[in-house]
Amino acid sequence: MTRRTMPRRTWLTDSPVAAVVLPIIGLAVAIGLWWGATIAFSIQPYLLPSPWDVVVKFFEQPGYLLQETGTSLLETIEGFLLAIVIGVPIALVIVRSVVLERLVYPLLLMVNSIPKVAIAPLLVIWMGFGQWPKVVMVLLMCFFPIVISTAQGMKSTPTELVELMRSLNASRAQEFFKLRLRYAMPQIFTGFKVAISLAVIGSVISEFVGATKGLGYVIQQSGASADTTLAFAAITLLSVMSIVLFYALVLLEHWLLPWAREKR
Amino acid sequence: MIRLDGVGQVFDGREGRVTALEKIDLHVRGGEFVTLIGRSGCGKSTLLRLIAGLLPPTSGAVQVAGEPVTGPRRDVSFMFQRPALLPWRSVLSNVMLPVEIDKGTGDRGKAAYRDRAHQLLELVGLQGFERRLPHELSGGMQQRVSLCRSLIRDPQVMLMDEPFSALDALTRTELSEELQRIKMELSTTIVFVTHSIEEAVLLADRVVVLTPRPGRMREVVDIDIPRPRSLGQNAHLTEVAAISGQLHALLAEKESGEVRPVDEVRPR
Repeated sequence: MTRRTMPRRTWLTDSPVAAVVLPIIGLAVAIGLWWGATIAFSIQPYLLPSPWDVVVKFFEQPGYLLQETGTSLLETIEGFLLAIVIGVPIALVIVRSVVLERLVYPLLLMVNSIPKVAIAPLLVIWMGFGQWPKVVMVLLMCFFPIVISTAQGMKSTPTELVELMRSLNASRAQEFFKLRLRYAMPQIFTGFKVAISLAVIGSVISEFVGATKGLGYVIQQSGASADTTLAFAAITLLSVMSIVLFYALVLLEHWLLPWAREKR
Repeated sequence: MIRLDGVGQVFDGREGRVTALEKIDLHVRGGEFVTLIGRSGCGKSTLLRLIAGLLPPTSGAVQVAGEPVTGPRRDVSFMFQRPALLPWRSVLSNVMLPVEIDKGTGDRGKAAYRDRAHQLLELVGLQGFERRLPHELSGGMQQRVSLCRSLIRDPQVMLMDEPFSALDALTRTELSEELQRIKMELSTTIVFVTHSIEEAVLLADRVVVLTPRPGRMREVVDIDIPRPRSLGQNAHLTEVAAISGQLHALLAEKESGEVRPVDEVRPR
């Protein structure tokens, strides 16, 4: 539909194989450069371990590291889901009422502008050493993009579609569910995708303070014992987790909103 | 079928009050095809929205089928300049939207409507496209789906707001001729807004010429050319030329200096 001038289409832009192969090549090149640097400049492992060192480190204690990954993953997902459960309804309410929007918006901005690291210790004081301060931290991290994108999406309904629903005598509920919410879904998903990466960061931050489990805790401990390789192993696992979660959302969107693909 | 008595519409704009319509008296008979023609900003779209019940008139009375209009009616359908299709719904499901929204339809009724939807899609040459999504169709095909959607409940009145103006010239002619063909088989009353003289002459029984700012009825022109009419090779070229000339003169006359920014062609 859009008649913008598109970049030239070739096998590299269109084939599904290339869509998988290209990111892998990018990653491989980056790892190669890293490896090359450690060899070329003979960098000490406590400063920068080589990729191979990191892999070896992982296989020294795979069970332990995977278990910690599981802990962080669970916190991330719990916090993320909680952010959806709380954030989406708040956005829906904000969109309905200008008064509420004006009341709540500065508050949201304020909460969002606080450096989350600063309140990590406070969350521990308020909620103890269990998983709650972690989940809440994740929630705080991903709440804002979800609210913003949902609100934006709900406001983006084209006027002619609203008028169509009116001309068909649709009830408010029908207009909401059959039109506005559906129309907002691609934008809501954009918010989810931004939020999921932040969620992972949130879980790590919270595990730096008052934690005894999780990859953040592993990183912090490895710093104390100058075990840089272990820190790298944990960081790699975090990246993998982040990437997997992100693409899981992309797949879900692809599957739930096949109609939105053409709009990009 | 449609009665407008002394209808006026005033909007409170940022630069004060704007009189969009003034003293409109119009009576559209059942089964008639009336075209509203005028320049941008003459209030023709507003007039259509008043009949549709999307907008209450500031003054005067609007009646459809002998009842005052208080809101959108079940037996009145509205077709927009743009296709206004829901992008996540298939062609068939878009056509069925009005039936789905109207909770009064039972399952048996729905099945009958589904048959009707297939019929309509076939009528406009879209058989085989039922499961496609709107973005897979061309602009002309999308507008055909929109046409089917506004016909699905066999409306007594169809209101069409420049439905073909966003299409390219060829598709536009094609769709106008298709609409004429469909209209000849149905008893639906149609009010059709356009700024194309060609379209007006091809389709209408009567053409209402509106003047801009405020929108007033300048003239009502009867078009007695027998149907089917066609653009181009036509046995009634002289009549077509005469009426087109007359409409052209009416529209060109007494042009007010003020020209509103073109809101007819909204960006896609």
